[in-house]
Amino acid sequence: MSDDVHHHIQIYKKVAMALGVLTVVTVAVSYIDLTVPLAVTLALIIAATKGSLVVSFFMHLIEEKKVVPLSKWGVGTILATLVVTVVFFLVLIFIPIFGHADRVGEYFTLPNANAPTATQGATHDAH
Amino acid sequence: MEIPYIADERPDTGLTNVKLGIWLFLASEVMLFGALFSSYVLLRLMAPEWPVGADVLNVPMGTFNTAVLIGSSVTMVFAYASLKMDDLAGFKKFMAMTIGLSLVFMVVKGFEYSHEFDIGNFPSTSTYLAIYFTMTGLHALHIIGGVIVNAYFLGPGSKMWETNKTQFTNRIEAAGLYWHFVDLVWIFLFPVLYLL
Repeated sequence: MSDDVHHHIQIYKKVAMALGVLTVVTVAVSYIDLTVPLAVTLALIIAATKGSLVVSFFMHLIEEKKVVPLSKWGVGTILATLVVTVVFFLVLIFIPIFGHADRVGEYFTLPNANAPTATQGATHDAH
Repeated sequence: MEIPYIADERPDTGLTNVKLGIWLFLASEVMLFGALFSSYVLLRLMAPEWPVGADVLNVPMGTFNTAVLIGSSVTMVFAYASLKMDDLAGFKKFMAMTIGLSLVFMVVKGFEYSHEFDIGNFPSTSTYLAIYFTMTGLHALHIIGGVIVNAYFLGPGSKMWETNKTQFTNRIEAAGLYWHFVDLVWIFLFPVLYLL
């Protein structure tokens, strides 16, 4: 048991260092003049990496793999709970994004659709 | 009547009830903060203009607080590891450090809030500040809750170590899971509110 704990402590130290480095990186990246979509994507990738480090190692999720009668898909009870949670979380996040992107029902016309085009104008001149 | 499966694992879930309970609670917390992140996305997409967080807030203070909170997560896992190594003194040392770092976080947050109020930035000032105060305020309430629970385990709660080591260790594991979740929320709040 004690050896196991010492092994864990080494992992905790490495994870702590990785989290520190990634915090510096995320702040440094924010000082670079990027477009908004790129900046958002980068910041979220770094945050997700840090988050998965915390969940996997500090919260020991990586070790919660025990297969039990309740877990029919070969994942532990905790993981099964979290998969359902993540699905609903993504629904929550994508509702406003889809709502924003939805353009059904809006009436679009091309700008100046009925105006004479440049080529038409040229033909008229030739006559 | 004794609560079942607080020290031993329940055969069908493969977990102690303590651990299953805290994970289900954390799942509900994901949805609570998820709703606020969803609101943030909606408000930001619909807003005619949105400030860059760094122009309004103090990024060095936010970065410092991020490091402090990550540090408190690290001391929390060390507190748990100390119990696993049968070292109550080590647990107390690391738990005290965790609580100390949590209080540092709250003090820095307090300075940030009072500075915002001093320059006339209130939740009613703009949509950005409204969601900023709502999200960081709810997060701060979670910190306060965690400090109360951790202080209990450092003080009177630690008497359980004398009578039931396994149950006490399980309690610290559950408190740790909650604390890491609070850290996790901040890991997302910091770039979303301060940097983007």
